[in-house]
Amino acid sequence: MLSEAEWQALALSLKISLVAVGVALPFAVLAALALARGRFPGRALLDGLVHLPLVLPPVVMGYLLLVTFGTRGPLGGWLLETFGIRFVFSWTGAALAAAVVTFPFQVRAIRLAIEAIDPGLMQAAETLGAGPVDRFVNVILPLALPGIIAGAITAFAASLGEFGAIITFVSNIPGETRTIPLAIYTAIQTPGGEAAAARLVALAIMLACLGLVLSEVAARRVRTLMGQ
Amino acid sequence: MSLEVAVCHRLGAFTLDAAFTVDEPGVTALFGPSGAGKSTLVQAVAGLIRPDKGRIVLDGEVVFDAGSGRHLPARRRRIGYVFQEGRLFPHRSVADNLRFGARRAGGRPATVGFDETVELLGIDHLLGRRPRALSGGERQRVALGRALLSSPRLLLLDEPLAALDQARKAEILPFLARLRDEARVPMVYVTHALDEITQLADTLVLLNEGRVVATAPVLDAMARLDLLPFTGEAEAGAVIACTVERHDTADALTALAFPGGTIWVSALPAPIGARLRVRIRARDVLLAVTADVSTSANTVLEGRVEAIRDEGRGVVDLQLRVGAALIVARLTRRSLARLGLVVGARATALVKAVSIEARAYSS
Repeated sequence: MLSEAEWQALALSLKISLVAVGVALPFAVLAALALARGRFPGRALLDGLVHLPLVLPPVVMGYLLLVTFGTRGPLGGWLLETFGIRFVFSWTGAALAAAVVTFPFQVRAIRLAIEAIDPGLMQAAETLGAGPVDRFVNVILPLALPGIIAGAITAFAASLGEFGAIITFVSNIPGETRTIPLAIYTAIQTPGGEAAAARLVALAIMLACLGLVLSEVAARRVRTLMGQ
Repeated sequence: MSLEVAVCHRLGAFTLDAAFTVDEPGVTALFGPSGAGKSTLVQAVAGLIRPDKGRIVLDGEVVFDAGSGRHLPARRRRIGYVFQEGRLFPHRSVADNLRFGARRAGGRPATVGFDETVELLGIDHLLGRRPRALSGGERQRVALGRALLSSPRLLLLDEPLAALDQARKAEILPFLARLRDEARVPMVYVTHALDEITQLADTLVLLNEGRVVATAPVLDAMARLDLLPFTGEAEAGAVIACTVERHDTADALTALAFPGGTIWVSALPAPIGARLRVRIRARDVLLAVTADVSTSANTVLEGRVEAIRDEGRGVVDLQLRVGAALIVARLTRRSLARLGLVVGARATALVKAVSIEARAYSS
């Protein structure tokens, strides 16, 4: 059915998306919490910053990442020297690009879930002796879980499809950064690659549908579990 | 228990400027119309809001003092709070909700144990359920248990029955009475429905437009004519603490004794010796100048006129001292003039048994 290169693209896509969502999730929860419940100067700025990837062309995001996290960029250079972490031309860079671009999806879903929690429950927890961290872990987090799961699955699906930011930031290297969208693009560019492109497109459609179904099932399960 | 509150707080156009002191344990009713500032006041006591000015002292500990900037966080005040809507955690079972506060009590000895609380509130059959599967009355009982199990030194009840219908209210009130008598936790009970609390409360704090109008023992406050505009003019009436003296099974009547006389009511399912309160509405009291009149009224109480309130509307209210108790009677000006009643005059109050509503659960 699929060639070895196509399997590789699939595995790579799944790995990159998984890492991208996993790494971004804690930050997304914190950002969502700050935006939903926080009252601090610079809140509007944070809100704008979080949503920036949603409105900027992915190619621009990829370029900005390249400038920032390139080996000669301010952050990239420091990371390479201090921890030996290199993003450019590496699958970790692709994960970073996917994480940044899909970050707003996570934050939006989680923020909506947190905003839907009755603030009165927080007061109740407080009068029962629960401090801020306690309230976050035992009230906010479990009640926002359906939103967190929905956000993670949406971001995962979007990560699978990310093209512009990845190809701009970490190029199109087989086995390293060539995810399914990049493989489709390459196949179309190659004479006689139409069949391969069609197979990959079908694969992408299947993955997307699976993601949607999973998201719905998971959200429903958790909602029941959380007594809603 | 002692609670000393003096706070000033602005909320938009509304200003709360209230002070009251309670020195004895038991139930303190914080009563006033909607918008009087009751909730704001108890939220300040709980530490859920920080007043602009003032001082709150609980059992000698300053929990809030604007002067020194002290504001003990709500979670360290050891004050239980029962909200109007219960506010149970929807993702936790009833048992987990009940243990939420107990687990965070920091090893403080429980005022009332888990099993005892569950038994007291009659919620053992609900333990495994989620809050969503509970009725309104059940939810409030669980909320009450949850607050109680956090070993509070004071329990604040913020209109805990307001969201319930009459039947559910009647279901919860006996539990509150047991809580007061058996758990002995001091309570501040916020309500805008006075009849809810006249059976239970020891002290009444009357709040109106952000200010405390009066703080008095509830039986005195209900009989005070100058407080009628606040305690409710239409339904005005004294509350009398009685003991069940005997049952007249043949006539289906119960005699309630109080230092001053005997009140007859329709048969009550209460044992001899049980203490309870009856409310006698002012408009249900008939006055006579001599005791030897023959009427249908079963209760005949002799007393002396202590005060007369005449607002110039053709209707007057009289406060009558009967032994140690006070009774309020309402009659027309014409009747007052005909009987020649003045302060200090002797008068006899006649009350029909069927007009008295007595509930058996309270002490």
